[in-house]
This record gives sequence, structure tokens and C-alpha cells, in this order.
Amino acid sequence: MLIRVTPDELDTAEAIQAAGSPAAGAINVFLGVVRDNNLGRRVQYLEYDAYPSMAEKVMRELAVEAKERFALEDCAVLHRTGRLEIGEASLLIAVSCGHRAASFEAGHWLVNEIKKKVPVWKKEVWEDGEAWVEGPESLGIQQAPASMR
Amino acid sequence: MLLFASVADRAGTRRVELPYVAGDTVASIRARLLERFPQLAAAVPTLMYAINEEYARESDPVPAGATLAMIPPVSGG
Repeated sequence: MLIRVTPDELDTAEAIQAAGSPAAGAINVFLGVVRDNNLGRRVQYLEYDAYPSMAEKVMRELAVEAKERFALEDCAVLHRTGRLEIGEASLLIAVSCGHRAASFEAGHWLVNEIKKKVPVWKKEVWEDGEAWVEGPESLGIQQAPASMR
Repeated sequence: MLLFASVADRAGTRRVELPYVAGDTVASIRARLLERFPQLAAAVPTLMYAINEEYARESDPVPAGATLAMIPPVSGG
């Protein structure tokens, strides 16, 4: 199992190798990449902040849970921090399974859980300003009174 | 106390040392923090907390020497 929060570029080949297993019939790879727009605004780049040690701990807990739930052979979950340009990968998930169906489900489940729980934050930088994004799925927003969401 | 992202920006720092009183909870330490940084009050409704890297509730007791973190709404991925 490979779990990492890093300022370095994410290496897809490394993640695939780490997630691989002789018993796997499928390896599913998900990349979250930086989009040039959000909610109608042009985004120039993103700046990611993280609580690295806790983020790795929560990512590991989620990976262990995914392994159990979807009978994964192995998996890799990596999140990048710092300044990311348009098109660069911020999140890399690779999961291996005996068969393909569970690999898609596991990848989807992991992304959703990461967006709820892992202490990582993105700041959008526009031509005329910047703002920290508050994830609509995050536990913090979910606990807030409905009027604040 | 560790601060991140929007909360760190509002406070102008990422790390605050606070006095510890026996019987402290997340909420009582937060109250002490807000006395020093009243500008953080607006963030409270959506804040999560962690004690030694584990999510915690406002009412949870904080052991002496613990690392407490304020976790604004996450937005990874």
C-alpha cells in the first residue's frame, strides 16, 4: 500500500507498480487534475495546503477500509501540495482487484471519501483575486446549519 | 494549536501555543484562541477539530501536551 502527501509531481507509473498484484485482473487509475475554470471563473492556478501527517493517516484509514469493502488486492493514494498549474495532477488513486467492476467502485468511493475527510485545502487563484475553496462534501460544510451551506 | 488554509490566513499564523488548564476540552481551548484571534469567530460554524491527528468533537477532553488542529472545510482532490 502506497500512501503519500507530497509537493512533488505525482508519478502514475510508480502508483500502478505499487498497487499491482499477481492476483489482480484490473488496475483502475484515477487522476484528479487542475481545471482552468470553476463556477464560471477562469482559474490561473491552484495552491494546495495540507496537514500532511494527518492527511496521510486519514488516507491510509480510507485505503484500509476500501481494501476491505471492495476486496482490493492493493492500492496507492497520493495527494500533491503546493502550487499546481492547469492540467497537473493533484490526486492519484490506483486500485487493483481480481475483476474490473470492484476496481471502478473502489476508485469512486475513495475519491468521494477523500473529498469529505482528508485535511487538504485548495486555494483558487484568479486574475483578479483568490479564495480558499470549501468543499461542498466536506464534513465541516455538512455539519453547518443549512443556511450556511 | 495548528491552523491551516483560510483559518491560518485570517489569524496570520499557522501555529499558536496556548496555556493548558486541567479539564480542558476542544471548546474551552477554542474559546482561549478566539480571545486572541476574534477574527476567527466567523469560521467556527464549519470548523472541524483534530486532537493528535484524530478528528474530535468540541466536547472532547484534550490531554496535556496534545496537538490540537483546527480543520476548516476540506477541499482536496
